Amino acid sequence: MINWLRQREWPWWQAGILLGLLNVLSFYVSNYYLSTSTTFSRAAGMILSLFAPGHVAANAYYQAHKPVVDWQFMLVIGIFIGAFLAAKLSKSFQVSLVPDLFAARFGQGTARRWGIGLLGGVLLGFGARMADGCTSGHTLSGAAQLALSGWVATAGFFVGGIAVALLIYGRRSY
Amino acid sequence: MGPLEITGTARLILGLATGIAFGFILQKGQALKFHKIIDALRLRDFTIWKLMFTAIGVGMIGIYGLHEVGLAKLQIKPTILSANILGGLIFGAGFALLGFCPGTCVGAVGEGRLDGLYSGMVGLLIGAGLYSEVYPYLLPGFLKIGALGKITLPQLLGIGVWPVVILVAHVLGAAIWFLNRIDRGLQKKEQVSQLAHSPAKA
Repeated sequence: MINWLRQREWPWWQAGILLGLLNVLSFYVSNYYLSTSTTFSRAAGMILSLFAPGHVAANAYYQAHKPVVDWQFMLVIGIFIGAFLAAKLSKSFQVSLVPDLFAARFGQGTARRWGIGLLGGVLLGFGARMADGCTSGHTLSGAAQLALSGWVATAGFFVGGIAVALLIYGRRSY
Repeated sequence: MGPLEITGTARLILGLATGIAFGFILQKGQALKFHKIIDALRLRDFTIWKLMFTAIGVGMIGIYGLHEVGLAKLQIKPTILSANILGGLIFGAGFALLGFCPGTCVGAVGEGRLDGLYSGMVGLLIGAGLYSEVYPYLLPGFLKIGALGKITLPQLLGIGVWPVVILVAHVLGAAIWFLNRIDRGLQKKEQVSQLAHSPAKA
């Protein structure tokens, strides 16, 4: 068991089965599903409340998604801890500022990674909230429940993602 | 019968524990690596596709199984075609630019990839915050276009749940088998080209 936990990687099918089972377990134990992106709305609301509490209280979106710590908020904190533990156990934790593939395409500069990544993050956050979910809520959980919204949004994620990734990186080796 | 009803602090701890398992599996499954995600999107490495299809298939059978015996409640998000499609495409563009999705972005920081923090999580907060500001203006018009309610594929097709579950399970299985073949072919090609580029020993 401990050797398995220390492995540097698990085959895709092991990780896939476990992820599926974790989701099933969540439906029974927590009456909820793997999902992450609403937490970023709640967190944005908490930060904005420090400066403009009246504005947040009057906003229709924050009224529907209150800026409080809930099950999913804790899950997102947990993702960070779990990934850290997994990386530490296999001694693969490594601090890096710019991914190698990104550097091969755009250079080592952190400024460029910051700018392009920030733009990506903004689109990701905005798109996830507009679509009402991300690759966790819509893809892992929505598609698994055969929700039409899950399949439609997932198609959007990957059509958009494939198009832009091919535009930026092409299919060549780096 | 029904799912457990755990409330208060215990529920928050449950969320944290679920997240720890989630992050742990994502890291071991290599789903937090920038190049794995970008190579999945530029169709050079299907590891993450196979992982995702497996998770959807196992999840589907398990969730509907629990639902059948009354131990789980389905939680269907409403379909709003305009928002699901446009939001999905915007998300996709961000996915490729950042190289992470929201969950893997947080996980990537745990693995030491600080770009997930200084660009990814900062951007996610700004993007999600921006949407809250735009939302009131989208509510009366845009978010009514193609609003079909909480609808599932079995309802849409007008047939029972289990025929669709079995059908989708087979489609996912076939897709995984096919992608696995492609992955083997790509790995072979990569090895051949590496041999061709390595300095000749003869």
